[in-house]
Amino acid sequence: MSITYLEAIREAQAHALRDDPRVFIYGQDVGAFGGAFKATKNLAREFPGRVLDSPISEDAMVGLAVGAAIEGLRPIIEMQFADFSTVGFNQIVNQAATLFWRTQVSCPITVRLPFGGTSGSGPFHSQSLEAIYAHYPGLIVLTPATVEDAYSMLLAAVAIDDPVIFCEHKLLYYHLKSEKLPSEALPVGKARIAREGRDLTIVTYSAMVHEALAAAAELATEGWEIEVVDLRSIKPLDTDTVIASVARTGRLLCVGEAWPWGGVTAEVVARVTAEGYGLLDAPPQRLNAKDTPVPYHPNLWAAHRPTSRSVAAAARNLLRT
Amino acid sequence: MLHTVSGPGSAGHVGSTAAAPLVAYRIMLRARLLDDKFAALSRAGKIHGGVFLGRGQEALSVAVGVSLDKSDVFAPLIRDAAGRLAFGEPLIDAVRTYLGSALGPMRGRDGNVHRGYPREGLLPMISHLGAMVSVVNGVLFARRMKGITGCVGVACLGEGATSTGAFHEALNQAAVEKLPLILVVANNQFAYSTPNSRQFACASLADKAVGYGVESHSVDGTDFAGCLETLSSAVNRARTGHGPQLVVANLLRLCGHGEHDDAHYIPTEIKNSPLGRDCLKVAEKFLLEHNYVGADMFIGWRNEAIREIEAAVAQVLREAAPDPFAEEWTAISSKYLMEGHAS
Repeated sequence: MSITYLEAIREAQAHALRDDPRVFIYGQDVGAFGGAFKATKNLAREFPGRVLDSPISEDAMVGLAVGAAIEGLRPIIEMQFADFSTVGFNQIVNQAATLFWRTQVSCPITVRLPFGGTSGSGPFHSQSLEAIYAHYPGLIVLTPATVEDAYSMLLAAVAIDDPVIFCEHKLLYYHLKSEKLPSEALPVGKARIAREGRDLTIVTYSAMVHEALAAAAELATEGWEIEVVDLRSIKPLDTDTVIASVARTGRLLCVGEAWPWGGVTAEVVARVTAEGYGLLDAPPQRLNAKDTPVPYHPNLWAAHRPTSRSVAAAARNLLRT
Repeated sequence: MLHTVSGPGSAGHVGSTAAAPLVAYRIMLRARLLDDKFAALSRAGKIHGGVFLGRGQEALSVAVGVSLDKSDVFAPLIRDAAGRLAFGEPLIDAVRTYLGSALGPMRGRDGNVHRGYPREGLLPMISHLGAMVSVVNGVLFARRMKGITGCVGVACLGEGATSTGAFHEALNQAAVEKLPLILVVANNQFAYSTPNSRQFACASLADKAVGYGVESHSVDGTDFAGCLETLSSAVNRARTGHGPQLVVANLLRLCGHGEHDDAHYIPTEIKNSPLGRDCLKVAEKFLLEHNYVGADMFIGWRNEAIREIEAAVAQVLREAAPDPFAEEWTAISSKYLMEGHAS
């Protein structure tokens, strides 16, 4: 028996619905249909009246969630694709994210964003928006890379008293598998050493963790020991774990699937440079997607995003510096 | 589907007591005088940021407030001082928020009309128009989930907000969910400076209700009794299970968009038209003609309100301003998830 990343998300929601009567799910096609990706499969049947189809109204979906949170409930909003959350952007960043600061009334909503590129999905079903949400005060932004984290961090997200942007990578939905669901987990906000090494640190998150691990395995055949840090949480960002790793390796490569201007990789480099400059044996490097919309064709898509091959190439360059 | 257009009101069905129009009038008067005070404080340089008055819209606003129960939900907009007072917001909260007192509900973090108590059903507006409607929907939706029945929610808007996507999404959402929402549109002819001819092309904003499958009510927003009657009826329809109600009140803002704006763009012909009637004067005339009160009472109530406002302002001017060194400077309630505090 194995469980996929997507099934873990479904199970976490079932768990939350079962354990907490304040939880409900609202989103497009999430009801009887079970969601575009089937992340809510059978939940409407198991939890009548608590898994509800919404109109195609991302703004009103989030607004409704904020109102329900004010009233003490714990809504989970499913955006059909992260890309469409921009239609609900105002409610997320101006309504939900500011509510506690303005009023001292917390806003425990979870907004699930199926994000990231998959072959053939094109410019409007592939985006990585974590950095945009992390930019705004008042939001927690989570980016699980494993089946275990998808499960435990979604449960944690629902329990957090603040708005959580839960970035679940579509590429991991079906092929990433685990034997069982975890019974314990690292706390939210704590990064994970996904692979230990002493020559270079790759800091990354979500699907890119797996590209980084593949690159590290390839480089191991060449005699390099690469440490891979899985951030898990973009905001808060666990600077301590990152700097501790750089202290061991002296070299930093940040890898992200999002666009290159600003963003998580730039933030990590800025923090390490400011707080750990003396630990660096070489200038820190970043590897991101290209600065264009995400292309449709597999040939273009594979060249647009970082892959294990381009990560390994960037790491080799940095190791030679 | 009910679509009513009110003629001059008699206030015959308003409130539970014969004194209801008097209560409403006195709140309007307090709101008008409070706004006048804010305008004076603004000119005196005592207020940071914008000052937004409800002059000319008090009849509509107070009608909203007096039609609601304490257990209802209210998302006022920028010209709803009267509705807020009627709903139960302490007058001193407005003063504290305008003057940035640390003791106010927003503690200097937000100002002027951006105030409220979400848990008590008074939702603090954000500036993005139409955005509060779905939040009201959410409170009503959650209450229904929790088995709480009999309450309604009001969101106030201007005609400009009817052009937003948020308005469309939220009204449609309320209609789909059959929520007891009353959407009150003050059509004051100008969204800041933009005239209705550049804002919408339908004959009446109330016509939009048909497209959403909701009931609508049109009223002359300068008509005190008409507003009381219409809002009472709309709230009652929502409360008794008839779904969302769209109320459109036609009136004129008798001031600028804010106190920084001289409203020179409002043509004299509109000011001199029936839309330009001062609803406060209309209310006084109504109360006199229907023998609710003698003219001598107005001055006493006015003086009483002025004393109350002056006392509140004097008190708040002595209160501490927010202290940046005492601020926590965090926007999240989960302190363990603050940046730099990862456990």
